Amino acid sequence: MIPAAFDYYRPTKMDDVIALLKEHGDDARVMAGGHSLIPMMKLRMAEIPHLIDLQAIDGLNEISIKDGQITIGAMVTQHDLINHAGLEAAAPILREAALQIADPQVRYMGTVGGNVANGDPGNDMPGLMQCLDATFALVGPGGERSVAARDFYEAAYMTAREDEEVLTSVSIPVPQGGYAYEKQKRKIGDYATAAAAVQIVKEDGKCTAASIAMTNLSDTPIYSADAGAALVGTAVDAAALTAAKAAMLGDIDPTEDNRGPVAFKKHVAGVILARAIERAWSRA
Amino acid sequence: MKDEVESRDDRVANLKGMGCSRKRVEDARFTQGKGNYVDDIKLDGMLFGDFVRSPYAHARVTNIDTEEALKVPGVLAVLTAADLEPLGLHWMPTLAGDKQMVLADGKVLFQGQEVAFVVAEDRFAAADGIEAVEVDYEELPVIVDPFEALKTDVVLREDLVAQDGSIPDGAHGPRTHPNHIFTWEAGEKEATQQVLDNAEVLVEESMYYHRTHPCPLETCGCVASMDKVNGKLTLWGTFQAPHAIRTVVSLISGIEEHNIRVVSPDIGGGFGNKVGAYPGYVCSVVASIVTGKPVKWIEDRMDNLMTTAFARDYHMTGKISATKEGKITGLHCHVTADHGGFDACADPTKFPAGFMNICTGSYDIPTAFLEVDGVYTNKAPGGVSYRCSFRVTEAVYFIERMVEVLAIELGMDAAELRRINFIKKEQFPYKAALGWEYDSGDYHTAWDKALTSVDYDGLRAEQAQRVEDFKAGKTRKLMGVGLSFFTEIVGAGPVKNCDILGLGMFDSCEIRIHPTGSAIARLGTISQGQGHATTFAQILASEIGLPADSITIEEGDTDTAPYGLGTYGSRSTPVAGAATAMAGRKIRAKAQMIAAYLLEVHDNDVEFDVDRFVVKGAPEKFKTMKEIAFAAYNQAIPGIEPGLEAVSYYDPPNMTYPFGAYVCVMDIDVDTGVPEIRRFYALDDCGTRINPMIIEGQVHGGLTEALAVALGQEIAYDDMGNVKTGTLMDFFLPTAWEVPNYETDHTVTPSPHHPIGAKGVGESPHVGGVPCFSNAVHDAFRAFGLRQTNMPHDHWRIWKTANELGLHD
Repeated sequence: MIPAAFDYYRPTKMDDVIALLKEHGDDARVMAGGHSLIPMMKLRMAEIPHLIDLQAIDGLNEISIKDGQITIGAMVTQHDLINHAGLEAAAPILREAALQIADPQVRYMGTVGGNVANGDPGNDMPGLMQCLDATFALVGPGGERSVAARDFYEAAYMTAREDEEVLTSVSIPVPQGGYAYEKQKRKIGDYATAAAAVQIVKEDGKCTAASIAMTNLSDTPIYSADAGAALVGTAVDAAALTAAKAAMLGDIDPTEDNRGPVAFKKHVAGVILARAIERAWSRA
Repeated sequence: MKDEVESRDDRVANLKGMGCSRKRVEDARFTQGKGNYVDDIKLDGMLFGDFVRSPYAHARVTNIDTEEALKVPGVLAVLTAADLEPLGLHWMPTLAGDKQMVLADGKVLFQGQEVAFVVAEDRFAAADGIEAVEVDYEELPVIVDPFEALKTDVVLREDLVAQDGSIPDGAHGPRTHPNHIFTWEAGEKEATQQVLDNAEVLVEESMYYHRTHPCPLETCGCVASMDKVNGKLTLWGTFQAPHAIRTVVSLISGIEEHNIRVVSPDIGGGFGNKVGAYPGYVCSVVASIVTGKPVKWIEDRMDNLMTTAFARDYHMTGKISATKEGKITGLHCHVTADHGGFDACADPTKFPAGFMNICTGSYDIPTAFLEVDGVYTNKAPGGVSYRCSFRVTEAVYFIERMVEVLAIELGMDAAELRRINFIKKEQFPYKAALGWEYDSGDYHTAWDKALTSVDYDGLRAEQAQRVEDFKAGKTRKLMGVGLSFFTEIVGAGPVKNCDILGLGMFDSCEIRIHPTGSAIARLGTISQGQGHATTFAQILASEIGLPADSITIEEGDTDTAPYGLGTYGSRSTPVAGAATAMAGRKIRAKAQMIAAYLLEVHDNDVEFDVDRFVVKGAPEKFKTMKEIAFAAYNQAIPGIEPGLEAVSYYDPPNMTYPFGAYVCVMDIDVDTGVPEIRRFYALDDCGTRINPMIIEGQVHGGLTEALAVALGQEIAYDDMGNVKTGTLMDFFLPTAWEVPNYETDHTVTPSPHHPIGAKGVGESPHVGGVPCFSNAVHDAFRAFGLRQTNMPHDHWRIWKTANELGLHD
């Protein structure tokens, strides 16, 4: 498991990163924690002649919470997320989800930006960001632009990011209400068999808003607006859960792999979503 | 003098001999990253070799073009079968009497098979060279199902079919089909049939013990260094049997055995994976001879999982008969054994299905018959004993499932059914229907202790309540109580019936006592994590009365260690441990004469006491072993040679038969298929216990590997023969996170024929653990009509069981 030869760059300025991307186009790739890209390179499933390490770029590893908005730099690690007190208070679902990603060694290196930008349907952060209605900041030759997480994912490893752009930060409106990130996996370090991110608002015993996204059940994360809508206006009773599950099942499109066949994944997706909703509702 | 004020208890404690939980002397280096593994070996000018491997499971190799690869900077050579053929090294013998391609000779038989060997200045250049080798393949029909293999016209091994189309006998007798390897039988066919035909109760069940892999943390590898000046070949490698490797290398290379030195340095786990000989060894040796430089070959994880020795892959069908009261009367077992493209099983020569004929288990079954058919398929070769003695895991899984199935048929409690069929204490030594003579056992005592310890009746009451609650819709979790009682057969073995490639399976120990009362002992075995340097010193400490801390244990260098057959099959303690004790006794016998001379009494007037010889009836007159050691080197004693050394080659009179009783309590989430192990109790009886701490560690490790195999670990193939589980993402290797707390317990029934009564323990927990975890899953669904479902019990398969039983409606 040795990658093909590549040139390694460690620029200190984002302009230099963009210049390298412009110069080499599809032959270049930026690397954050490297925990998705390097294994692919070692398996020679990804050949990257020009690898640009973002570790030396300043300003990409900050977390700020102000004016109802959370901003997370692309180089913030999962470990940073877990240990940020302000974040735990403002958006505890981030911590709950991050704790279910891989293992501590990986979380020291793995970044939020890498996790959301890579477009791997197995990654947990993309679905979570769709649930939280996050916005991704992309910097490219023409300056900065924003793309909603819910519009970002096109297919496995295919996103709205252009080859010459770098995802620099993630912005999230401070979430309201109860939350849950529920994930079934075979073992520590595994991608989800099925995972559900749920954020839910309760007023006077009724659900007034609900946001639901699913992980590793299609070739992209799945934000299921219909599943959330099925809960709004209900007391999140059994009928509402059934309706939300049905709506979600209409949106996902799992494929068979070593985790199991499609029928199993769909069943488990329903079970996991119901548990996530129930837990989020109990916290709302 | 310190000795005079010490109590006898103090003197015993100072030795840190048998029974002491002495801390592992190996751990100081391992915990500081100071181990010396094969990949740590770096020699001047060392080259690196690696393989071009086949992407296809069955294909003709029509052309290999190495031209571009040779242009890659740093690439020095690319070896193919055509290069090895003039040396007669393009094929090599396997341990099972078959032969195996070293490099693809016109075709490939499994995905990942070695096609060409790229030799380069470093591993990076080698990897680039591999990419540049162009191989033309012509795909052939792929056979991954052994039952299909015995019906198809597709011939996997044309080399084993005669010109006229007839099928010559194989190493183990007649073959019935070109893809058939052998039929092996044990027991009485007709008598068993008669018993089954006339049975009051007869139950038949089929089960598949899936293919898996030992997956040691350190993969396989070697460094070959041919010194062209003195003609000596040194081969460092991850060898579980370094002496056997030396002999094999000599036989196939023609290099005289005294000119070959094989060294196993620290080994990062073996579990059977490192017993056999692999193409990487042969190619490294050839490459070193060709280049005159040392050549290193180290597998990566995918190479290891996909190509080096797998384990299991047994399709087993059983018939078990009993009286209405549950007394078992007969057992029939048929196995279709999937051996992959070459028969490279690591078994004693006369046992092509290993010790599968221990499949009557711990039960007094008067009549039995076993039949095993070995079959070629387009899968990797191997068939090693993954943390078990030869095929014992398969045998114990088979009988422990059959007993459960019989209990279901009879409507009996499975613990009680076992109890009424156990071999009784007074029946030992017990001659089993399939040929083995069990040396000793006390199964009822162990079983009662286990069941009492876990409050078995309480568990069953709780389980019954859980079933009621489940039916009433109060819970979605079922509870399983997994039972297993196993008898191992380890310590291979008596030379009269156990050999590998004609090498008798004795083992050895050579001891040198130094003048100042310390010692070095060398053995024919090799530790891969078992802690030999700790435990063998303890055996010696008790035998020769010198502190374990003053005894160095050395293994793994064939230039210095006495010949032995290595470490696997829990054979080190039963065989080399016995040799150690026997060699120690030779030391003690000479020490007795020296002591008598020094004390000016007759030899028979002194007796051994912990760390000294004392004059009988006058304990104040003594000579310590330390004093005797010095005397051996500075006194001219009439009739006694100077020095104090001994060597023992031990040919065990019988196998040893450790046993144990395990209970697993498991909760199963019916909706997700997720099992949770609430409790695991393991009682082991390994005879005399040398180091309780190390035993406990062995039990923890073996149980963890059992958990892995039972609950998810497999080498799975698709219909095209592609390996679906080639990385640790999909191949389940449990971490601390997945592992439950283990409760360990023991009884002690010493082996009557072993010098210190020890039986071996390293593999027991794996042998007993797999059926215990599996039986827990089965038991959870027993109330809903489940009789048999195959491992591995991963989430989706458990879910499927629940689904098929209608539990999701």
